[in-house]
Amino acid sequence: MSEGVLTAAYIGASILFVLSLGGLSHQESAQRGNLFGMIGMAIAIVATILSEHVTGYGVLIAAILVGGCIGLFLAKRVEMTEMPELVAMLHSFVGLAAVLVGVGSFLGEAAFASVAEKIVHEVEIFLGVFIGGITFTGSVVAFGKLKGSISSTPLMLPGRHVLNMGILLATVVLGYLFVGAEHEPALSYLLIMTALAFLLGIHLVMAIGGADMPVVVSMLNSYSGWAAAATGFMLSNDLLIVVGALVGSSGAILSYIMCRAMNRSFVSVILGGFGQKAVAVGSSDEGPKDTIATSADEVAGMLLDAAQVIIVPGYGMAVAQAQNTVYDITRLLKDKGIEVRFGIHPVAGRLPGHMNVLLAEAKVPYDIVMEMDEINDDMPLTDVVLVIGANDIVNPGAAEDESSPIYGMPVLEVWKAKTSVVLKRGMATGYAGVDNPLFYKDNTRMLFGDARDSMGSVLSALKV
Amino acid sequence: MKIGIPKEIHQGERRVAATPESVKKLLKLGFEIIIETGAGADAAFTDTAYQDAGAVIAKDCESCWSEADIILKVRAPEHHPSLNIDETELLRPRQTLVCFLQPAQQPELLEKLNNRKVSALAIDAIPRISRSQKMDALSSMANIAGYRAIMEAGHHFGRFFTGQITAAGRIPPAKVMIIGAGVAGLSGIGTANSLGAIVRAFDTRPEVKEQVESMGAEFLELNFEEDGSGEGGYAKVMSKEFIDAEMALFLEQAKDVDIIMTTALIPGRPAPTLITEDMVIEMKEGSVIVDLAAETGGNCELTEKDHVVVKHGVSIIGYTDLPSRLPTQSSSLYAQNLVHLLTDMCKGDGFHIDMEDDVIRGATVVHGGNVTFPPPPLKVPAIAKPASVQTAPEAKAIDHGPKRLNIPVLLVAGALLLGIGATAPPAFLSHFIVFILACFVGYQVVWNVTPALHTPLMSVTNAISGIIVLGAVLQISGELSEPVTILAAVAVLIASINIGGGFAVTQRMLRMFRK
Repeated sequence: MSEGVLTAAYIGASILFVLSLGGLSHQESAQRGNLFGMIGMAIAIVATILSEHVTGYGVLIAAILVGGCIGLFLAKRVEMTEMPELVAMLHSFVGLAAVLVGVGSFLGEAAFASVAEKIVHEVEIFLGVFIGGITFTGSVVAFGKLKGSISSTPLMLPGRHVLNMGILLATVVLGYLFVGAEHEPALSYLLIMTALAFLLGIHLVMAIGGADMPVVVSMLNSYSGWAAAATGFMLSNDLLIVVGALVGSSGAILSYIMCRAMNRSFVSVILGGFGQKAVAVGSSDEGPKDTIATSADEVAGMLLDAAQVIIVPGYGMAVAQAQNTVYDITRLLKDKGIEVRFGIHPVAGRLPGHMNVLLAEAKVPYDIVMEMDEINDDMPLTDVVLVIGANDIVNPGAAEDESSPIYGMPVLEVWKAKTSVVLKRGMATGYAGVDNPLFYKDNTRMLFGDARDSMGSVLSALKV
Repeated sequence: MKIGIPKEIHQGERRVAATPESVKKLLKLGFEIIIETGAGADAAFTDTAYQDAGAVIAKDCESCWSEADIILKVRAPEHHPSLNIDETELLRPRQTLVCFLQPAQQPELLEKLNNRKVSALAIDAIPRISRSQKMDALSSMANIAGYRAIMEAGHHFGRFFTGQITAAGRIPPAKVMIIGAGVAGLSGIGTANSLGAIVRAFDTRPEVKEQVESMGAEFLELNFEEDGSGEGGYAKVMSKEFIDAEMALFLEQAKDVDIIMTTALIPGRPAPTLITEDMVIEMKEGSVIVDLAAETGGNCELTEKDHVVVKHGVSIIGYTDLPSRLPTQSSSLYAQNLVHLLTDMCKGDGFHIDMEDDVIRGATVVHGGNVTFPPPPLKVPAIAKPASVQTAPEAKAIDHGPKRLNIPVLLVAGALLLGIGATAPPAFLSHFIVFILACFVGYQVVWNVTPALHTPLMSVTNAISGIIVLGAVLQISGELSEPVTILAAVAVLIASINIGGGFAVTQRMLRMFRK
């Protein structure tokens, strides 16, 4: 295949990728968007394989087939509640691939037309490997935290900012030494830097708490894009650059949207630490702090008497795998002519859009799943709000208490409804570590227990 | 338990406290109903209709009062013209009386009731909280009063409400100004608007602006900062400066509008004077003023209670019995309010007066040998304040996203670009252009993604970033033993996992989204 045809194929693939991302912006066009992505990817890979640069077909086809099958297998098997873990793990693969390609590109050093081009090429390798390294270990740690094998509380090393700065500085120095050095020492500089990047990735994500995971995952998504773009630069491959930039900027925008939803700056999330400032607060309000417990039967009664019900799911619903029971309740109520809708906070769960995916899995039609802004105005007209395993995203302190560490974060204003029922395992605070005044309000009822068991007993009480 | 419904005796009162419809519901609650003969006649409910619904007809007034355990009425007890005794004399100990009582204005009446050893619930003393809306008879009566006020105004107004172009010439629409956008005011706005008039409304509480506009009226505003929201959804007394500005506005409007409806009441005080004689003089000949505050002195200086007077060419309507002028409608709404109240009082073990219940406590003015008015203040403000007003505009500002330009950042970025352009080789620059353009395309494309699709978007971008496989594919063609080839093979393997897994899981997720 000639160079011209290859370029044409790359242009086609780029367009398909742009259409793919565009298609993903609405439910109606999303499946088509995904299809475009697949076609684009197939065109790009096939065209590259057929190009005259590639001759080692045996290994290549074997690797692609094995890898592809593993991927398909993982995708088939994964539980929807485990989506965040899967996404984090896949990010780590992109990071690792970027590191490998970068090192490979350095080893397979080609001839250059000028010194300047050689320098640029080396800088590109260095950057690509650095970003790939951070993405790789950062994603691995995020994966561990999401899976629960690593504690999700932020790790606060003393002088962690100094440590980060030190690593960055060392990287810059190594980069300076690397560019223009002889082959042997240059390789060791590159490998030392790779180790440092791995370390930095681990440390950065270790310092970020569980509630900030949506930001972290989308940030890593962004990094994996930049890593691909850097690889594109080092290989002078425009398709890689385009796709890397697309993914990088989309991840960055997602991170920005997540941060805005938590009313926090991107930098403060990346540098970690909700936990440290939140400890002392939350005891400032006066008055008795009594919660009113309720029973499944009572909740069922309230639901049957209601005309408008809003369900606010949180991470607790995902953990308890309660989404199917929740939808059974929804259907039962809808059959009785009660309007039931879902209110989704942008950062509910551990992945942007996590709740939407879980509800979709339970076959909840997406037109009754509302965003926070769409549904908040309807809260005062709502008879019953069911808060299932959510805490910080329904904290009235964010709207009312200026001393609250989450003051100013937009929340679902469930306390404005006539009654809100909070399903919770116990009185523990959410990931932000802030007490929630919602629990002590007169119109709040607490239903303690595992969300799935509680929902199950509400369901059977409704059927009686 | 037996409920007695006596005939109303107040001069001109045509309402009744039960309808055949409400009788059925009360029977369902387990009550027996006895109705004085002819009680519903003025509201177009015949004795037969009541009998069909299951009520017993009492042949005279005394038997109705004496047989019942609970008396439901509209008006407060007063002197009975034909029996020549006070209605309170008809009460016997341990009976319960439910009606409008105006407890704040009538302490002697409460004392009299207490001496009769009865329990009395004032339907007009029910606290205005959301739970009690269904029994808020003041609101349901105010709604009717607002409607009827516009009807009365139309009756005295010599023109159409709606504008028309006819063969006989152009008819301008009537202009109506409504002062006070409470229940009656809003109802008046809706009525006048649906008749085709141009409606403007004024209220001291800025938060009602939305309600006013939703009913189809223009909200008149002063350039003056003062919030008139008081307790219980009523307005409070305003400062002198505010009132001056307000009066100037009314004077200006008086010259323009054809009909003024005033509904300004401040609880427990004489009605504020809003329309002065000067304003009436300024109004056009044939204009109409309906004063719904005539009971407590009137919002217009020239209002005469219960009469229609024509002064300076303006008809001024001072009726205080507007709901009673729509007797069928107001009886059925009032009766329904009472059914709701009794339903609440029957919760648990039969009919009882639960002094722990905020709503019942507020309504109960005489109970257990004591005058229990005024009730202790409610814990919650009756109507929720609009939530943290300050945060709203802030949130709006953020909503527009990163659209504001940051000049220093732009300058730095420009300088960087120039620097790169001056030093980097041309091959790099052409890639760089592609890179920057792609960033912008990504930004534009992704910005509008619905939050529900964030997870699929992330997994599809993740699959797409597996494009890095191309880098490895290009390196794989060396000798199998070479480190480059091995590295590339591993890279191809894991990037393929990424591509296969990413697209497949996205597809799986997207298939689940359904309408």
